[in-house]
Amino acid sequence: MGKQTAFIDGSRLMIEAAVQAGAEVFVGYPITPANLLYAYSSRRFPIVLPAPDEITTLQWMSGFSAAGRFPVTATSYPGLALMIESIGMAFMMELPMVIMLVQRLGPATGTATCGAQGDLSLLHGINSGGQPVPTLCPSDLDDCYNLSAEAVKLALRLRCPVFLLSSKEMVMTLQSYDLSRVSPVERVKREYYSGPEPYLPYAAGPDGVPPFLPVGGIEHQVRLTASTHESNASLQHSTPGALENTRRLRFKTEHNLHEYTRYEYDKRNPDTLIFSFGITAAAAREAAASLAKKGKPVSLIIAKTLFPVPPDYLKIMEGYSRVIIAEENQGGQYREILFGKNGRKGVSGVNGIGRLISPTEIEAEVEK
Amino acid sequence: MSQGFLSTENLPFCSGCGHGLLARSIEKALQRLDHLTPLDLVVVTDIGCIGIIDKQFNAHTVHGLHGRSVALATGISMGLSNPEKKILVLLGDGGATIGLHHIIEAAHRNIDMTVIVHNNMLYGMTGGQPSGLTPCGFKTSTMPEGRPDSGMDLVKMVHGIGASYARRIIAAGDLTDVLEEALRVRGFSLIEAVELCPSYGVKFNPGRKLAEITEGSGLAPVLLRNESAEPFHPTLRGNTESLLNDVPVPAVEFGHELSGKVSIILAGSAGEGVQSTAELLAQAAISCGLYVTKKGSYPVTVGVGFSLAEVIISTEEIHYTGITGIDAALVTSVEGREKALARLEKMGAGMIFIDSALNVPASGAEQITRDYRAPLGARSASLLCAAHFVKRSGFMPLEALLKALSSSRAGRAVDTGKLEQAVEGLEREGGAK
Repeated sequence: MGKQTAFIDGSRLMIEAAVQAGAEVFVGYPITPANLLYAYSSRRFPIVLPAPDEITTLQWMSGFSAAGRFPVTATSYPGLALMIESIGMAFMMELPMVIMLVQRLGPATGTATCGAQGDLSLLHGINSGGQPVPTLCPSDLDDCYNLSAEAVKLALRLRCPVFLLSSKEMVMTLQSYDLSRVSPVERVKREYYSGPEPYLPYAAGPDGVPPFLPVGGIEHQVRLTASTHESNASLQHSTPGALENTRRLRFKTEHNLHEYTRYEYDKRNPDTLIFSFGITAAAAREAAASLAKKGKPVSLIIAKTLFPVPPDYLKIMEGYSRVIIAEENQGGQYREILFGKNGRKGVSGVNGIGRLISPTEIEAEVEK
Repeated sequence: MSQGFLSTENLPFCSGCGHGLLARSIEKALQRLDHLTPLDLVVVTDIGCIGIIDKQFNAHTVHGLHGRSVALATGISMGLSNPEKKILVLLGDGGATIGLHHIIEAAHRNIDMTVIVHNNMLYGMTGGQPSGLTPCGFKTSTMPEGRPDSGMDLVKMVHGIGASYARRIIAAGDLTDVLEEALRVRGFSLIEAVELCPSYGVKFNPGRKLAEITEGSGLAPVLLRNESAEPFHPTLRGNTESLLNDVPVPAVEFGHELSGKVSIILAGSAGEGVQSTAELLAQAAISCGLYVTKKGSYPVTVGVGFSLAEVIISTEEIHYTGITGIDAALVTSVEGREKALARLEKMGAGMIFIDSALNVPASGAEQITRDYRAPLGARSASLLCAAHFVKRSGFMPLEALLKALSSSRAGRAVDTGKLEQAVEGLEREGGAK
């Protein structure tokens, strides 16, 4: 097929891929800059429901998920803030779902129509207990499509909520895009527990992921709980079995991380590396291309799995004497997550708020 | 009882607590429902004393957050959408207080479920604090003088908003008949069962009896029905059309004279077609085999004030979509000019196409002033300005823009022939000022 160039935004690709992958229910509450995702969903999802607020959104989604229907929502920080307790519940109950989070400039209401990458510190510690919620982050329109499908697949694979993290520019900017680049997504086949033994909702195999079974079936009793529990979902204060189950929730996302570690790595220089992700990835790519044209090639990582932090990133960075991390926030949130408050010698950031980080800023930092 | 809905008669509640009485009556009421087995029942419990009962049920059980049980159950009910399944929600007055809007929402939609609010008039698990349903005069640990105002009438609220069935009872005696009636309802049924907490309620209100407390405090028994209310089930759409099928894919049928890229801002007002013009420019560029990006900016009240669009057209794939230097500015209104002024003044080169009614900003750019409003009307000012820019700059043929226009919805409102004539007219007016 020849080129089929259309003029589209990332929202369209994200919703299309999610539905093709098997997402069935979109529960929406309007919020800028995530409204296009809701608008496309209203045309494409088999079930679309307007929730009265974001707490309800996550609760309805959890109910749908418990009943075996895959739910999706889209929001921005103010909505996320209301959802957090319920996201923890869905994580504890181990309910698959996708939350499309479109970052905007904070704190608080901030600027609804201004993009940002300011929610990384929050996402990193979103669970009380520190268990990471898997987070994928598209860097371009290809990713909007591919990672959205992957987010649905991952939520089912790990039996947990998954964030698809973007920013205003990724979901609202229109771009010429060759539609022949996307292939139909295969609908994820859902697997359910079956067997003669009573179903233990939280009994997992070596990969730490328990088989799923919706409530309402007549074969097995299903118990789900947000309280500390053992493998049979029985509420316990802190028995060894209950604490082991709590530990498993971290284990399952980290142990299987190699399956969903996604990044681009272009090794062009043994000493200097640019690291970026999401909406800043485009500037990083242009900076790297421009530097190569000037005869000063650099290596480049575009990270697409942000949480749990893939160990690959730190391992690769160990080999570079200079690492420039570009992200649109104050102070470099992801850099701090990687290297702590003390940082690391040779690691610097290109940061800013209220505007896209530009390729020239990144180039200037490299050439400093 | 092992074949029943409850696995044991030993319930985890204090002696004399209404929760146990209600649970045993629920068991008997469920037994009366034809063909209902424990696995046809989904019990959703809240946080609070009543919430720990899920362990005793042989049904499916879901134990969630404080106050959210009705919303969680709403998702389950809609997800199953199966009238042969029963959704039973058990919560306390504290859960009903913090999650009031979930109850109201479910009642309004008449979601198929039965909700039993165990109203013991205080928070029993945390030391006996008052809730939204605590009645006037009732004493609690943090309000030892008694509540000075009245509690909320939950039953009246859910009835008023459309629930099929709402009833307040006093938790005493055998409640099986009442519970059976509620469980048989199609749609949303709620029972508020008023209880006296044997630990804190009795301690802070010695000697008082339930009948006396409820009498005259707004908690008297009542039954309210909406007979004709139908339960809500979400519509499941079969094959919705792919979102990739309805986007225009313009054929590459024109050439271009562009080298590198051109960054354009369109600055006008709401209602002048700024955003649609920017998209037409983009479609035209695609039909010339070029790469394009476009972003819009406007106040949150989209129908008024400035409207700004940024378009980048390039011979190479565009990654970074920000505009660093403007090559062309198309300015058609006072509001647009004001919004873009700082950026216009920074232009050291390039072209500014600006409506003749506006003050020309001081900049190093070539200024082209024309009346863009009169020829085709204010609603087409931005389009005419863009067409003039395309004609004057010559980086792509005007035909490409006209073709994009005629293929678009906007094309129905604007005659391409008239647009072309108007552009010719503007060109005849002379060179730059």
